Amino acid sequence: MSTHTHQGHDHGHDHDGHEHEGMLEDVELSERARRVLAMEELLAEKGVVDRTEVQRLIDFQEARSPVDGARVVARAWTDPDYKGRLLSDPEGALLELGYPLVGSAKLAVLENTDAVHHLVVCTLCSCYPTSLLGLPPDWYKSFAYRSRAVVDPRGVMREFGLDVGDTEVRVVDSTADLRYLVLPQRPAGTEGMTEEELVALVTRDSMIGVGVALAPVA
Amino acid sequence: MARFQPGDLVRVGDAQMDAHHRTPAYIKGRVGRVHALSGQYPNPETLAYGADGEPERDLYLVEFDMRGLWGERATGPSGDRLLVDVYEHWLEPADAPGSDGGRA
Amino acid sequence: MSGVHDMGGRPNDDPIDQSQHILSDWERHTHAMVGVLREKRLITTDELRRGIESIAPQEYERLSYYERWSASLETLLVEKGLVTQEEIDARAEVLREKWG
Repeated sequence: MSTHTHQGHDHGHDHDGHEHEGMLEDVELSERARRVLAMEELLAEKGVVDRTEVQRLIDFQEARSPVDGARVVARAWTDPDYKGRLLSDPEGALLELGYPLVGSAKLAVLENTDAVHHLVVCTLCSCYPTSLLGLPPDWYKSFAYRSRAVVDPRGVMREFGLDVGDTEVRVVDSTADLRYLVLPQRPAGTEGMTEEELVALVTRDSMIGVGVALAPVA
Repeated sequence: MARFQPGDLVRVGDAQMDAHHRTPAYIKGRVGRVHALSGQYPNPETLAYGADGEPERDLYLVEFDMRGLWGERATGPSGDRLLVDVYEHWLEPADAPGSDGGRA
Repeated sequence: MSGVHDMGGRPNDDPIDQSQHILSDWERHTHAMVGVLREKRLITTDELRRGIESIAPQEYERLSYYERWSASLETLLVEKGLVTQEEIDARAEVLREKWG
C-alpha cells in the first residue's frame, strides 16, 4: 500500500494555458483525490454504488451541524419528559425531532450536572455522533487530543477556556458502538427564554464537553 | 444474559495483539467497576475480517479511577474518572483494587 | 507494544490545535463512499478501522485523517475484489492526464 498513500503535494503544475472543454481551469487534484475519484468512478461503472447515493450521503452529512444537537439540548432543557426520553431512549428522542441515526452506531447521552462534568474522546480513532452533529472538528481527530484527553482532561479543557473547578470530571472514551453526546447544563439566568432562544446558547464544544453552554447576553 | 452488573469489579484482559480490537492499551490488566450496561453488539474482532460478528457481545461502560490508572500522571483531584466501553470477553471478575492502584 | 492508533495516554505535550481546515470534495466523497458501502453491507466500520490500523506507523502519523480513510478503503476494495489495484492505478492516471 505504501506506494499508493502518498499525498499529492508533488503534483505537476503543468497547465498549458488552454482550457479543457467544459472544465474549470483551476481544478487540480492531488494524487489522493485522484485515487478517491477513481474508486468512485470504478464502483459506479461496475454497478456497486450509484453516484447519486454518494451525493445523497454527502448532502445528508452537510445538512447536519451542531445546531441540530443544540435543538435536541434546548428541547431537553425546556421539556422534562423529553429529557427523560432522551436519556432512556436517545434514538427515539432524536427521531421525534427529525434526526434519524444513520450507520450502525447508536447514541448515548451524558448529562452534565452540578456534580459531574463529562468529556468525550475517542482514543482509538475518532468516533463522533456525526448523525446529529455533523462531521467532527479537526482538533477532535488530532493526536494531541486523542492522547491527552484521557490523562489530563482538566488541562485540555483549560486550553479551551474551561475550568470546572470542584466538579467531578468523567472522561468517556468512545471505543465501541456507542457515540456520546454531552447534555450540557442549562445556564443560569435563562428562565424566561424560549426554546428557540436557548438553541443559540448551545455550542458544539459544550456537547463534546470541552465547553459549557453560553451565558445569555444580559 | 449479561455476566456483570453495575457495581461489579472487573479486570480487563491484558492480551497484546496486533489484530483489530477495541480495548485500549491503557486499561489492559487494570481493575475497574461496571458503571452501566451498554447493550449487545456484533463482535468487532470478527467484523473487522469479513465475518458477521455473531454471536453478539455484551458491552459495558467500565469506570476507572484516574489516579489509580495514571498514578502521578493524573492531574485532577481524586474522584475524577475515566469511563470506557469494553466488550464482555475482555472482562473477568476482580477483587477490590489493591494498593497498586489496580495494576495487574 | 500497542498499535500506533492506540493513543490514549501516550506522552504528548502538544497543545490542542483548534484551527479548522475546510473539507475538500475528495474528503467528503471518501466519507460518503464508506457510508454507502456500509449501508450495502459491503464493508463494516471495523474493517475500515482494521485497514487504517494496518497502515505502517510512520505513514499513519504522516497521513491526514481522510488520507488514512481512503487508503484503508482502497485496501478493502481490492481485498474484496470489488476493484483491482491495476484498475485504480490506471484510472488515477487517466484522471491525472485529464485534470492535472
